[in-house]
Amino acid sequence: MKNIIQPVACEILDVKQESKQEYTFRVKTDIRPNHGQFLQLSIPKVGEAPISVSDFGDGWMDFTIRSVGKVTNEIFSKRPGDELFLRGAYGNGWPLEQFQGKHMVIITGGTGLAPVRSMLHKFEKEPDYVKSVHLICGFKNQEGILFRSELEEWKHCFSTIYALDNEKIDGWHKGFVTEFVKEIPFDSFGGDYEVVIVGPPPMMKFTGIECGKCAVPDKKIWLSFERKMSCAVGKCGHCRIDEVYVCLDGPTFNYTQAKYLVD
Amino acid sequence: MGYKLSFGEADRIFDSLQKEYEIWAPKRFVGKGRYSDTDMIRYDKIHRADEIEFNEKSDFPAKEVLTPITETLFYFTEDEYRESKATKKKLLIFMRPCDVHAKYHQEKIYLENGDFADSYYQRMSEKVKIVLMECGEGWDTCFCVSMGTNRTDDYAAAVRAEDEAMFLEIKDEELAPYFQKCASARFTPSFVEENPLQVTVPEIPNKEVLTELKRHPMWDEFDKRCVSCGACTLACSTCTCFTTSDIVYQENSNAGERKRTSASCQIEGFTDMAGGIVFRNTAGERMRYKVLHKFHDYKARFRDFHMCVGCGRCISRCPELISIAATVDKMAAAVDEITASQKAEGGK
Repeated sequence: MKNIIQPVACEILDVKQESKQEYTFRVKTDIRPNHGQFLQLSIPKVGEAPISVSDFGDGWMDFTIRSVGKVTNEIFSKRPGDELFLRGAYGNGWPLEQFQGKHMVIITGGTGLAPVRSMLHKFEKEPDYVKSVHLICGFKNQEGILFRSELEEWKHCFSTIYALDNEKIDGWHKGFVTEFVKEIPFDSFGGDYEVVIVGPPPMMKFTGIECGKCAVPDKKIWLSFERKMSCAVGKCGHCRIDEVYVCLDGPTFNYTQAKYLVD
Repeated sequence: MGYKLSFGEADRIFDSLQKEYEIWAPKRFVGKGRYSDTDMIRYDKIHRADEIEFNEKSDFPAKEVLTPITETLFYFTEDEYRESKATKKKLLIFMRPCDVHAKYHQEKIYLENGDFADSYYQRMSEKVKIVLMECGEGWDTCFCVSMGTNRTDDYAAAVRAEDEAMFLEIKDEELAPYFQKCASARFTPSFVEENPLQVTVPEIPNKEVLTELKRHPMWDEFDKRCVSCGACTLACSTCTCFTTSDIVYQENSNAGERKRTSASCQIEGFTDMAGGIVFRNTAGERMRYKVLHKFHDYKARFRDFHMCVGCGRCISRCPELISIAATVDKMAAAVDEITASQKAEGGK
């Protein structure tokens, strides 16, 4: 009988500091996730936590982790050559086929950039996959900025708006991402577009409302949820909201469904 | 086949059964109840017939045998995970009809949900043979008839106890040889046909009514009444939630265990995420979450039954005397009220 919650040891290939609190760990693995999926990362004696895949390629996978909990704090003591334990990938990921050939609007808050990063790389490498990419990225402040060099690269291939909640620095807007939604030329898309929103729950809620004000139909909006999980396979119950399990039916949801979900 | 055995004869058969089986049944723990001079009845391994509590409903459900309150998943030394081992013996479990129905809900979550089968549950459930216990007239907190869980024919054996003797129906071929020498007697179990307590679960007609029901002031009452102790979910026959955690042995910090422990959506912290995000802050929100799961969400997902077998154990255990039956009645009234106001709005 296969034990579905048995983690597998994977070697850490690289550790890169992204910001004051966030590091990206590159791990050696043959697991090929879908864009937007997550894995259970564990460290024996410390515990296990769901972490989204922030990028992947042949034989490797990236996890961008903020040191906020017991497991993630322990992960921060790990160095290349050490091991992390993985199981997954879990969840549905982004509906890429539905995005293909359309204008894409991607709006992220803070670490919400991590679950869309691999998809952005795909759009960068395959410029014909979608018609255009409009990217709005917000961070709390300068210290929280992630993937700086990629943000620079994306300025050349995507239409970008970068903003800090409460700081004004060169090349960055000041304000919440919600304030910049109206700058997206939705009218010019001829209805042929999809919107992806990822960030903390209040950010997703108000960005969704803001999109509504720009006459974006609910069915064109996609979110990614984060919840506490112990198992990631629909058993432990922690991530259940109404009749859905975030681990099984999410983490990405269409807004037509997400707007009715009440924790 | 039907048999009649004295408790003494049953003990001898239990002796021989125990080479192959662990026998689990509700057992009375004298003086171990929550209040002074009260007893507790919960599942335990038994060896003699007089250890089985036939006359009263157990405080805790039969699910504890298959999903213990705390269970080791892995042992680890340094960087190696080793799966814990299950008992080698088969399990003979004395259960009431509500517990038998509750097992289907356990299976739904542990073996089917998301097409992932939990190997810890599976390895236990494959070993189970059910001995169905008759309930006589039932007890004051039971509402199994309302939930359609009062009857079952899913058992290996059925039992009625009377005056230090057992009437048994043996259906399972593997069990039959143990009873060959017993006196035959006509026996098939009878079932509770009516409970004093009746519950009508409301149909929620549409998403709009459901959304309004989630916001309804009826849940605010529980901010004051519910103390978020989680006794209801621990006593619940169908609750399955758990939390995993790792522990380290004090004597050797290189070795430890990953365990899972029953969790309760009623206790603060159930939704807490690293970084301080909390999704249900009040007792009222947590009660709404539980009650809607039991009487709407679960059925909406699996499209068969509500996730309540009417065992009434949560009612018996609640220190604040909150009745799930009365709560469902309040929910039914709220649904009627919302539906009526929507109709009035629509008519304007």
